[in-house]
Amino acid sequence: MAAAVISAAGLARTFQTKRGPVEAVRGIDLTVREREILGFLGPNGAGKTTTLRMLTTLLAPTGGTASVAGHDLAADQVGVRRACGYVAQSGGVDPSIGVREELVTQGRLYRLTRDQAAARARELAHDLGFAGLLDRKCGTLSGGQRRRLDIAMALTHRPKVLFLDEPTTGLDPGSRADLWDLVRRLRDEHGTTVFLTTHYLDEADALAERLVVVDQGVVAAEGTPSALKLRYGGSIDASLQDTFLAITGRGPSPADVTPVAV
Amino acid sequence: MLLHDTGLIYGRYLRQSLRSRFALLFGVLMPLLYLLFFGPLLTRLPLGPRGSSWQVLVPGLLLQLSLFGASFAGFAIILENGQGVVERMRVTPVSRLALLLGRVLRDATVFVFQAVLLVLAAVAMGLRAPAPGILIGFAFVALLTVALGSLSYALAFKVRTPQEFGPLINALTMPSMLLSGLMLPMTLAPAWLDVLSHLVPFRYLVDAVRDAYAGSYTSTHMLYGVLVAVGFATLAVTVGTRVFRTAGA
Repeated sequence: MAAAVISAAGLARTFQTKRGPVEAVRGIDLTVREREILGFLGPNGAGKTTTLRMLTTLLAPTGGTASVAGHDLAADQVGVRRACGYVAQSGGVDPSIGVREELVTQGRLYRLTRDQAAARARELAHDLGFAGLLDRKCGTLSGGQRRRLDIAMALTHRPKVLFLDEPTTGLDPGSRADLWDLVRRLRDEHGTTVFLTTHYLDEADALAERLVVVDQGVVAAEGTPSALKLRYGGSIDASLQDTFLAITGRGPSPADVTPVAV
Repeated sequence: MLLHDTGLIYGRYLRQSLRSRFALLFGVLMPLLYLLFFGPLLTRLPLGPRGSSWQVLVPGLLLQLSLFGASFAGFAIILENGQGVVERMRVTPVSRLALLLGRVLRDATVFVFQAVLLVLAAVAMGLRAPAPGILIGFAFVALLTVALGSLSYALAFKVRTPQEFGPLINALTMPSMLLSGLMLPMTLAPAWLDVLSHLVPFRYLVDAVRDAYAGSYTSTHMLYGVLVAVGFATLAVTVGTRVFRTAGA
């Protein structure tokens, strides 16, 4: 079995708010192996994005420990940053800036020289299929093109681990299929470990080899899609939708089934 | 690394400023209007022991330019937080101090450029001041911009909507302007107002620049002005860097 590239134990984050402490993540234990595509699922507010932001050093945990690619999250933040790429839900490019300029600046932030950064920008644009868009403003790209640019930005330094937060939200079916192919290709050709969150269960089913379901800030279930279906959905042919609802205990409420008024 | 990273962030934001020429010139409009329509009212008033009224008014307008301009710098952070640009940069190994310094040094460049335009217009209106004094004035504009820009960026991480940020900055800058004697020297004020104005750091800066414009570079005002400006900038950059490290969380 491949070595663990991410491991977390009791990872937690409590936010202090005016209305008292809010435990966004209460204690996540998980292991992600090298070259794995992991689907990180959970209802809204389960703590998915908070967990991602902790694993990428954007947010300091208030409890627990974790390491990414052999770098301890608390002791070696720079090491973690060098090892991972992150694409937020909102993406991360300025619409008023040119595609090439954003890619080159990103390369320079990862300490490439000017020439290396320019070459890497061309290479990424070619690899991810937007070579013809380098001289356009980021704001003029379509949703699918924008997503590929966001991912290219995160791949600048050839990270070992790529974190994608709801990468296909808002994309048309064609762009989603392209993105799935891209994720598989990254793993197959570059050995990148991919950690992705999604609300689309068909996406998790098609793309992820293993799923981790979080609910209310803790891991509620984990395993391969078929193992989870068998265990929680009652049969290997159960839909992931039903399995997910069984795990998180949130079936449609009666009010949703029978509308009071139409 | 810090120099490399700061240069990189500075370049990115300076190019962004250069792309919007309109915004680059627009900031100078308010002090220019004061110069044109308020300045002439003062020419026959005895404002100070030495020099013309322009040597009293222009230093105030320079700092006003920086005060109102740099305090609003944080709007950019609110916008970039929405676009995910700040997080995208924070996830790279880039120095956190550089993320702040690159931005505030760009702001300082922009406001010193606007200050040069303002002084040129003032010379056309009748300002006469020694060259070293004018250069010292630009240095104060730069320092004040670094200080206020840093605090503004820090505040923008805490106050996350433009609807709250705008009024809050207005509520802070207006009294600061009035109490520091930017428009008219506080020596004209009754004792209670003069005392109150000594609690506002900008008071020391404007007194120093007025001395510089009158050619006295070694006065007590100058000493206090330099100390307050450098101290304020150091404190503000420290606070700002800390906020960039945690992004306000």
